[in-house]
Amino acid sequence: MKGSLIILSFFALGLILGVTNSLPEFLLKTDFSMYALYILMFLVGIGIGADRKSWKVIQTINVKIFLVPLGVMVGTAIGVTIVSLFLPNLTIREAMAVGAGYGYYSLSSIFITQMHGETLGVMALLSNIIREVATLLLTPLFVKYFGKLAGIMSGGATAMDTTLPIITRYSGKDYAIISLFSGIVLTILVPVIITFILHTSL
Amino acid sequence: MITVLLLMVAGILAGLWLGKFPSIMKVNDRLISWAIYLLLFLLGVGVGTNKAVIQSLDSIGLQALLLTIGALIGSIGMGWVIYRAFFHLNNH
Repeated sequence: MKGSLIILSFFALGLILGVTNSLPEFLLKTDFSMYALYILMFLVGIGIGADRKSWKVIQTINVKIFLVPLGVMVGTAIGVTIVSLFLPNLTIREAMAVGAGYGYYSLSSIFITQMHGETLGVMALLSNIIREVATLLLTPLFVKYFGKLAGIMSGGATAMDTTLPIITRYSGKDYAIISLFSGIVLTILVPVIITFILHTSL
Repeated sequence: MITVLLLMVAGILAGLWLGKFPSIMKVNDRLISWAIYLLLFLLGVGVGTNKAVIQSLDSIGLQALLLTIGALIGSIGMGWVIYRAFFHLNNH
Protein backbone atom coordinates (compact mmCIF):
# COMPACT_ATOMS: atom_id res chain seq x y z
CA MET A 1 0.00 0.00 0.00
CA LYS A 2 2.77 2.39 0.98
CA GLY A 3 4.69 1.23 -2.08
CA SER A 4 1.83 2.02 -4.42
CA LEU A 5 1.43 5.49 -2.91
CA ILE A 6 5.10 6.29 -3.52
CA ILE A 7 4.90 5.01 -7.08
CA LEU A 8 1.68 6.92 -7.73
CA SER A 9 3.25 10.13 -6.43
CA PHE A 10 6.18 9.77 -8.84
CA PHE A 11 3.66 9.27 -11.64
CA ALA A 12 1.63 12.28 -10.41
CA LEU A 13 4.77 14.43 -10.13
CA GLY A 14 5.68 13.63 -13.73
CA LEU A 15 2.11 14.29 -14.78
CA ILE A 16 2.03 17.73 -13.12
CA LEU A 17 5.43 18.74 -14.50
CA GLY A 18 4.30 17.54 -17.92
CA VAL A 19 0.97 19.37 -17.90
CA THR A 20 2.49 22.62 -16.64
CA ASN A 21 5.25 22.34 -19.25
CA SER A 22 7.91 23.00 -16.65
CA LEU A 23 10.51 20.54 -17.88
CA PRO A 24 13.60 21.30 -19.97
CA GLU A 25 13.27 20.41 -23.63
CA PHE A 26 16.08 17.83 -23.73
CA LEU A 27 14.31 15.64 -21.17
CA LEU A 28 11.27 15.38 -23.41
CA LYS A 29 13.20 14.77 -26.60
CA THR A 30 15.58 12.03 -25.53
CA ASP A 31 13.75 8.79 -24.99
CA PHE A 32 15.91 7.02 -22.48
CA SER A 33 13.00 5.14 -20.91
CA MET A 34 13.73 2.14 -23.16
CA TYR A 35 17.22 1.88 -21.69
CA ALA A 36 15.87 2.34 -18.18
CA LEU A 37 13.51 -0.55 -18.92
CA TYR A 38 16.42 -2.72 -20.11
CA ILE A 39 18.25 -2.04 -16.86
CA LEU A 40 15.12 -2.60 -14.81
CA MET A 41 14.42 -6.00 -16.36
CA PHE A 42 17.98 -7.16 -15.83
CA LEU A 43 17.75 -6.12 -12.16
CA VAL A 44 14.33 -7.76 -11.77
CA GLY A 45 15.88 -10.94 -13.22
CA ILE A 46 18.70 -10.81 -10.67
CA GLY A 47 16.10 -10.42 -7.92
CA ILE A 48 14.21 -13.49 -9.14
CA GLY A 49 17.35 -15.62 -9.59
CA ALA A 50 18.71 -14.70 -6.17
CA ASP A 51 15.45 -15.43 -4.37
CA ARG A 52 16.29 -18.81 -2.76
CA LYS A 53 12.98 -18.96 -0.96
CA SER A 54 11.01 -18.70 -4.21
CA TRP A 55 12.98 -21.47 -5.89
CA LYS A 56 12.40 -23.71 -2.87
CA VAL A 57 8.67 -22.98 -2.98
CA ILE A 58 8.59 -23.92 -6.65
CA GLN A 59 10.47 -27.18 -6.03
CA THR A 60 8.11 -28.44 -3.33
CA ILE A 61 5.05 -28.20 -5.50
CA ASN A 62 2.71 -30.84 -6.88
CA VAL A 63 0.99 -30.60 -10.23
CA LYS A 64 -2.38 -29.53 -8.85
CA ILE A 65 -1.01 -26.22 -7.64
CA PHE A 66 -0.22 -25.11 -11.22
CA LEU A 67 -3.97 -24.88 -11.71
CA VAL A 68 -4.03 -21.80 -9.49
CA PRO A 69 -1.91 -19.37 -11.58
CA LEU A 70 -3.34 -20.99 -14.73
CA GLY A 71 -6.83 -20.24 -13.42
CA VAL A 72 -5.86 -16.61 -12.83
CA MET A 73 -4.60 -16.32 -16.41
CA VAL A 74 -7.63 -18.01 -18.00
CA GLY A 75 -10.17 -16.32 -15.73
CA THR A 76 -8.65 -12.88 -16.26
CA ALA A 77 -8.51 -13.37 -20.03
CA ILE A 78 -12.16 -14.44 -20.18
CA GLY A 79 -13.30 -11.63 -17.87
CA VAL A 80 -11.53 -8.77 -19.68
CA THR A 81 -12.53 -10.16 -23.09
CA ILE A 82 -16.21 -10.06 -22.13
CA VAL A 83 -15.84 -6.51 -20.75
CA SER A 84 -14.02 -5.37 -23.90
CA LEU A 85 -17.03 -6.38 -26.02
CA PHE A 86 -18.88 -3.50 -24.34
CA LEU A 87 -16.03 -1.01 -24.78
CA PRO A 88 -16.01 0.20 -28.39
CA ASN A 89 -12.61 1.90 -28.17
CA LEU A 90 -10.78 -1.14 -26.86
CA THR A 91 -9.73 -4.22 -28.81
CA ILE A 92 -9.71 -7.67 -27.21
CA ARG A 93 -5.93 -7.73 -27.55
CA GLU A 94 -5.59 -4.43 -25.66
CA ALA A 95 -7.96 -5.58 -22.93
CA MET A 96 -6.04 -8.82 -22.51
CA ALA A 97 -2.73 -6.95 -22.26
CA VAL A 98 -4.12 -4.75 -19.46
CA GLY A 99 -5.48 -7.83 -17.68
CA ALA A 100 -2.15 -9.64 -18.01
CA GLY A 101 -0.60 -7.28 -15.48
CA TYR A 102 -2.33 -9.46 -12.83
CA GLY A 103 -1.94 -6.61 -10.34
CA TYR A 104 1.76 -6.01 -11.08
CA TYR A 105 1.02 -2.42 -12.03
CA SER A 106 4.53 -0.96 -12.13
CA LEU A 107 6.03 -3.39 -14.60
CA SER A 108 2.91 -3.96 -16.70
CA SER A 109 2.25 -0.25 -17.23
CA ILE A 110 5.89 0.39 -18.17
CA PHE A 111 5.88 -2.55 -20.56
CA ILE A 112 2.61 -1.69 -22.23
CA THR A 113 3.64 1.97 -22.59
CA GLN A 114 6.78 0.93 -24.43
CA MET A 115 5.06 -1.62 -26.63
CA HIS A 116 1.73 0.00 -27.34
CA GLY A 117 1.55 3.59 -26.14
CA GLU A 118 0.72 5.81 -23.21
CA THR A 119 -3.06 5.54 -23.24
CA LEU A 120 -3.02 1.79 -22.71
CA GLY A 121 -0.07 2.14 -20.30
CA VAL A 122 -2.07 4.45 -18.05
CA MET A 123 -5.07 2.12 -18.26
CA ALA A 124 -2.84 -0.77 -17.17
CA LEU A 125 -1.45 1.30 -14.30
CA LEU A 126 -4.91 2.21 -12.99
CA SER A 127 -6.51 -1.18 -13.61
CA ASN A 128 -3.76 -3.13 -11.88
CA ILE A 129 -3.58 -0.75 -8.91
CA ILE A 130 -7.35 -1.20 -8.53
CA ARG A 131 -6.79 -4.96 -8.60
CA GLU A 132 -4.30 -4.77 -5.74
CA VAL A 133 -6.38 -2.38 -3.66
CA ALA A 134 -9.57 -4.42 -4.25
CA THR A 135 -7.74 -7.54 -3.08
CA LEU A 136 -6.52 -5.80 0.07
CA LEU A 137 -9.99 -4.52 0.88
CA LEU A 138 -12.28 -7.33 -0.30
CA THR A 139 -10.37 -10.58 0.36
CA PRO A 140 -12.44 -11.32 3.50
CA LEU A 141 -15.62 -11.17 1.42
CA PHE A 142 -14.16 -13.05 -1.55
CA VAL A 143 -12.98 -15.91 0.69
CA LYS A 144 -16.26 -16.08 2.57
CA TYR A 145 -18.37 -16.46 -0.56
CA PHE A 146 -16.07 -18.03 -3.17
CA GLY A 147 -13.76 -20.37 -1.31
CA LYS A 148 -10.26 -20.23 0.04
CA LEU A 149 -8.57 -19.66 -3.30
CA ALA A 150 -10.53 -16.46 -3.95
CA GLY A 151 -8.02 -14.05 -2.39
CA ILE A 152 -5.14 -15.71 -4.23
CA MET A 153 -7.00 -15.51 -7.54
CA SER A 154 -7.91 -11.89 -6.95
CA GLY A 155 -4.38 -10.94 -5.87
CA GLY A 156 -2.76 -12.42 -8.99
CA ALA A 157 0.93 -11.51 -9.09
CA THR A 158 0.65 -9.56 -5.82
CA ALA A 159 -0.24 -12.75 -3.91
CA MET A 160 3.49 -13.32 -3.30
CA ASP A 161 4.10 -10.05 -1.44
CA THR A 162 1.74 -7.12 -0.89
CA THR A 163 -1.49 -9.09 -0.55
CA LEU A 164 0.04 -12.23 1.02
CA PRO A 165 -0.64 -11.15 4.64
CA ILE A 166 -4.36 -10.54 4.10
CA ILE A 167 -4.69 -13.79 2.10
CA THR A 168 -2.97 -15.82 4.82
CA ARG A 169 -5.14 -14.15 7.43
CA TYR A 170 -8.41 -15.15 5.77
CA SER A 171 -7.58 -18.38 3.89
CA GLY A 172 -5.30 -19.82 6.57
CA LYS A 173 -1.61 -20.66 6.78
CA ASP A 174 -2.11 -23.77 4.60
CA TYR A 175 -2.72 -21.48 1.68
CA ALA A 176 0.38 -19.32 2.15
CA ILE A 177 2.55 -21.60 -0.01
CA ILE A 178 -0.08 -21.76 -2.75
CA SER A 179 -0.37 -17.98 -2.63
CA LEU A 180 3.40 -17.50 -2.82
CA PHE A 181 3.69 -19.98 -5.66
CA SER A 182 0.90 -18.50 -7.74
CA GLY A 183 2.22 -14.96 -7.18
CA ILE A 184 5.77 -15.93 -8.13
CA VAL A 185 4.71 -17.73 -11.31
CA LEU A 186 2.50 -14.84 -12.41
CA THR A 187 5.13 -12.22 -11.55
CA ILE A 188 7.70 -13.97 -13.74
CA LEU A 189 5.18 -14.43 -16.54
CA VAL A 190 3.79 -10.85 -16.67
CA PRO A 191 6.41 -9.51 -19.13
CA VAL A 192 6.35 -12.73 -21.16
CA ILE A 193 2.57 -12.84 -21.53
CA ILE A 194 2.22 -9.12 -22.28
CA THR A 195 4.88 -9.43 -25.00
CA PHE A 196 3.09 -12.48 -26.37
CA ILE A 197 -0.32 -10.77 -26.41
CA LEU A 198 0.85 -7.53 -28.03
CA HIS A 199 3.39 -8.99 -30.46
CA THR A 200 1.83 -12.10 -31.95
CA SER A 201 -0.27 -11.73 -35.04
CA LEU A 202 -3.09 -14.15 -34.39
CA MET B 1 10.90 -6.54 -26.67
CA ILE B 2 12.55 -9.93 -27.02
CA THR B 3 15.72 -8.10 -25.91
CA VAL B 4 13.97 -7.24 -22.65
CA LEU B 5 12.99 -10.84 -22.01
CA LEU B 6 16.50 -12.05 -22.80
CA LEU B 7 17.88 -9.48 -20.38
CA MET B 8 15.54 -10.81 -17.69
CA VAL B 9 16.74 -14.37 -18.31
CA ALA B 10 20.37 -13.16 -18.16
CA GLY B 11 19.51 -11.43 -14.89
CA ILE B 12 18.00 -14.62 -13.46
CA LEU B 13 21.16 -16.57 -14.30
CA ALA B 14 23.35 -13.85 -12.78
CA GLY B 15 21.04 -13.75 -9.75
CA LEU B 16 21.46 -17.47 -9.06
CA TRP B 17 25.10 -16.68 -8.33
CA LEU B 18 24.74 -13.14 -6.94
CA GLY B 19 22.21 -14.41 -4.39
CA LYS B 20 25.17 -15.49 -2.28
CA PHE B 21 25.93 -11.85 -1.48
CA PRO B 22 23.14 -10.30 0.62
CA SER B 23 24.69 -6.83 0.45
CA ILE B 24 24.58 -6.82 -3.34
CA MET B 25 20.96 -7.95 -3.24
CA LYS B 26 20.07 -5.05 -0.96
CA VAL B 27 21.59 -2.63 -3.48
CA ASN B 28 19.72 -4.49 -6.23
CA ASP B 29 16.38 -3.97 -4.48
CA ARG B 30 17.12 -0.26 -4.10
CA LEU B 31 18.05 0.06 -7.76
CA ILE B 32 14.86 -1.72 -8.82
CA SER B 33 12.77 0.70 -6.77
CA TRP B 34 14.50 3.72 -8.28
CA ALA B 35 14.28 2.36 -11.82
CA ILE B 36 10.53 1.88 -11.31
CA TYR B 37 10.18 5.40 -9.83
CA LEU B 38 12.08 6.86 -12.77
CA LEU B 39 10.04 4.98 -15.36
CA LEU B 40 6.72 5.90 -13.79
CA PHE B 41 7.83 9.50 -13.47
CA LEU B 42 8.64 9.41 -17.19
CA LEU B 43 5.26 7.80 -17.90
CA GLY B 44 3.70 10.68 -15.97
CA VAL B 45 5.66 13.22 -18.03
CA GLY B 46 4.66 11.45 -21.25
CA VAL B 47 1.01 11.48 -20.24
CA GLY B 48 1.16 15.07 -19.00
CA THR B 49 2.52 16.35 -22.30
CA ASN B 50 0.07 14.27 -24.33
CA LYS B 51 -3.13 16.31 -24.65
CA ALA B 52 -5.13 13.43 -26.11
CA VAL B 53 -4.46 11.24 -23.07
CA ILE B 54 -5.08 14.04 -20.57
CA GLN B 55 -8.44 14.85 -22.12
CA SER B 56 -9.64 11.27 -21.93
CA LEU B 57 -8.24 10.45 -18.50
CA ASP B 58 -11.72 9.95 -17.01
CA SER B 59 -12.71 7.55 -19.77
CA ILE B 60 -9.40 5.69 -19.39
CA GLY B 61 -10.05 5.39 -15.66
CA LEU B 62 -13.57 4.08 -16.18
CA GLN B 63 -12.38 1.48 -18.70
CA ALA B 64 -9.63 0.45 -16.27
CA LEU B 65 -12.20 -0.05 -13.52
CA LEU B 66 -14.51 -2.10 -15.75
CA LEU B 67 -11.63 -4.28 -16.97
CA THR B 68 -10.58 -4.91 -13.37
CA ILE B 69 -14.10 -5.93 -12.41
CA GLY B 70 -14.17 -8.36 -15.35
CA ALA B 71 -10.71 -9.72 -14.48
CA LEU B 72 -11.71 -10.25 -10.84
CA ILE B 73 -15.01 -11.97 -11.62
CA GLY B 74 -13.25 -14.24 -14.15
CA SER B 75 -10.35 -15.08 -11.83
CA ILE B 76 -12.44 -15.65 -8.72
CA GLY B 77 -14.94 -17.70 -10.74
CA MET B 78 -12.12 -19.93 -12.00
CA GLY B 79 -10.79 -20.11 -8.44
CA TRP B 80 -14.16 -21.25 -7.16
CA VAL B 81 -14.33 -24.04 -9.76
CA ILE B 82 -10.73 -25.15 -9.07
CA TYR B 83 -11.32 -25.03 -5.32
CA ARG B 84 -14.48 -27.14 -5.50
CA ALA B 85 -12.93 -29.64 -7.92
CA PHE B 86 -9.42 -30.05 -6.51
CA PHE B 87 -8.92 -28.45 -3.11
CA HIS B 88 -12.18 -28.78 -1.24
CA LEU B 89 -12.04 -32.26 0.26
CA ASN B 90 -14.95 -32.12 2.70
CA ASN B 91 -17.24 -34.41 0.76
CA HIS B 92 -15.05 -37.47 1.35
